[in-house]
Amino acid sequence: MKVLVPIKRVIDYNVKVRVKADHSNVDLANVKMAINPFCEIAVEEAVRLKEAGIATEVITVSIGDKSCQEQLRTALALGADRAIQIETDENLDALNIAKLLQKIVEQEQPQLVILGKQSIDSDNNQTGQMLAALTGMPQGTFASEVKVEGDKVNVTREVDSGLQTVALNLPAIVTTDLRLNEPRYAKLPNIMKAKRKPLVVMPAADFGIDLRPRSTLLKVTPPAERQAGIIVDSVDTLIEKLKNEAKVIS
Amino acid sequence: MSILVFAEHDNSTLKADTLKTVAAAQAIGGDIHLLVAGSNCQAVAQEAAKTNGVSKVLVADNAAYEYQLAENISLLVTELAGDYDHILATALTTGKNFMPRVAALLDVAQISDIIAVESADTFVRPIYAGNAIATVQSLDSKKVITVRPTGFDAVAADGSAEIVSLDTVTDAGISAHVSDQLSESERPELGAADVVISGGRGMQNGDNFKLLEGIADKLGAAIGASRAAVDAGFVPNDMQVGQTGKIVAPDLYIAVGISGAIQHLAGMKDSKIIVAINKDAEAPIFQVADYGIVGDLFDVLPELEAKL
Repeated sequence: MKVLVPIKRVIDYNVKVRVKADHSNVDLANVKMAINPFCEIAVEEAVRLKEAGIATEVITVSIGDKSCQEQLRTALALGADRAIQIETDENLDALNIAKLLQKIVEQEQPQLVILGKQSIDSDNNQTGQMLAALTGMPQGTFASEVKVEGDKVNVTREVDSGLQTVALNLPAIVTTDLRLNEPRYAKLPNIMKAKRKPLVVMPAADFGIDLRPRSTLLKVTPPAERQAGIIVDSVDTLIEKLKNEAKVIS
Repeated sequence: MSILVFAEHDNSTLKADTLKTVAAAQAIGGDIHLLVAGSNCQAVAQEAAKTNGVSKVLVADNAAYEYQLAENISLLVTELAGDYDHILATALTTGKNFMPRVAALLDVAQISDIIAVESADTFVRPIYAGNAIATVQSLDSKKVITVRPTGFDAVAADGSAEIVSLDTVTDAGISAHVSDQLSESERPELGAADVVISGGRGMQNGDNFKLLEGIADKLGAAIGASRAAVDAGFVPNDMQVGQTGKIVAPDLYIAVGISGAIQHLAGMKDSKIIVAINKDAEAPIFQVADYGIVGDLFDVLPELEAKL
């Protein structure tokens, strides 16, 4: 079966973001970018399914300007077979991303679509669920285990109260949580090989979808800063401060 | 205007965070209805009817909603959506799971995880793990919103709303519940506790989390963990506090053996008072802590438990 893995280029998770002085957005100029960590886990899971003989082909897709080809090449180096870039200079809403991905699903007919549960920039946690709704597929979100069995996939999900396992009819959507797997590092020969794997560019405008923005970003401000407090020298002092100064224990 | 709020519950009790989501609905302003979708959930409906500021409780009581599968719940909410300008759910795992499906079925965007309401169409939400705060204006006619409970104070539970039973059943028939592995605990829930004590990699193993239990018992605290401690297998996933785990804002948060990665701070930095116990004086956690103790947690914890 085919597995489709949509991925996103985001700020590297180790970089501390700064808000622009004019509060129009965060400053991404000359900042290190990377594949979104949850998307990397999605690529790894798809590649493992191929290695286990369950998946026959892993297709990765990203939506953005030319720079996202860097992340597509990374996914190819990790083991994806071919890549699609949907080219746009716009920063699209999750709904519009899902609509574009729906077209790729119609075209490629994957049995499984694996996405990261959220991107670490917009923190929306929407795209996988929206794609599931648009394609009429069931969804296993926040997955910590994925088992394909016949024409179903069993997904164990990380939920507030613990773990929940659901059985989904294929084709299905899975979104990854942190503990689904530990992604491998790309080896140099695979990075070289990835340069020769197919990467198709399709302009977003050619899909005939209304991609108008659904929201306006009015401003972006830095969060309220917490002031560092004091180091106390003993447990006794700590308890005294919590009781009499902070008044949070009695 | 009219607002539909999805009630979080486990078929027997209403989750307290629902009262915070209703507070967000009140900030938007309008006639507020609560939707209780579950199976054998009449007790929840009774409880929900007491929510202050709610005029009507809609109850969809059917086996199809027992596990609140996203495929079924999203169809139900979409069917009801015609009567409402805003649809709100709490940004917990149930709401996060089904709400984007609702938005897509309605062909509108979703505004996730709001922490403040500026007006009926303008909302404030954290991005980049809370390192930036965005103010976003929705351009859609219908607003689909998830609410971060730490951003709002719960409304009171002294109201008396009308209870209306719904007989529509929406079963997509494409997914099924298999099993649950739920964590049982006598302690308060992480999201609802006034005091939270969390352990990190410095705890060294799962057994050592017992050192937190005595203190938690004395303070009536919930016990949490950093991602590092969960990844290392010390404790289960539902204890994780952070950007992608649980977001908490208790009166007192005690971080033990936690270095303070950005992703962890995103889940607890709105706590009123933060205490850090760590042997590394340079740990970033001390930059957000009100009170810090630099020392070996294996010495500090027993002493703290004894003296509380």
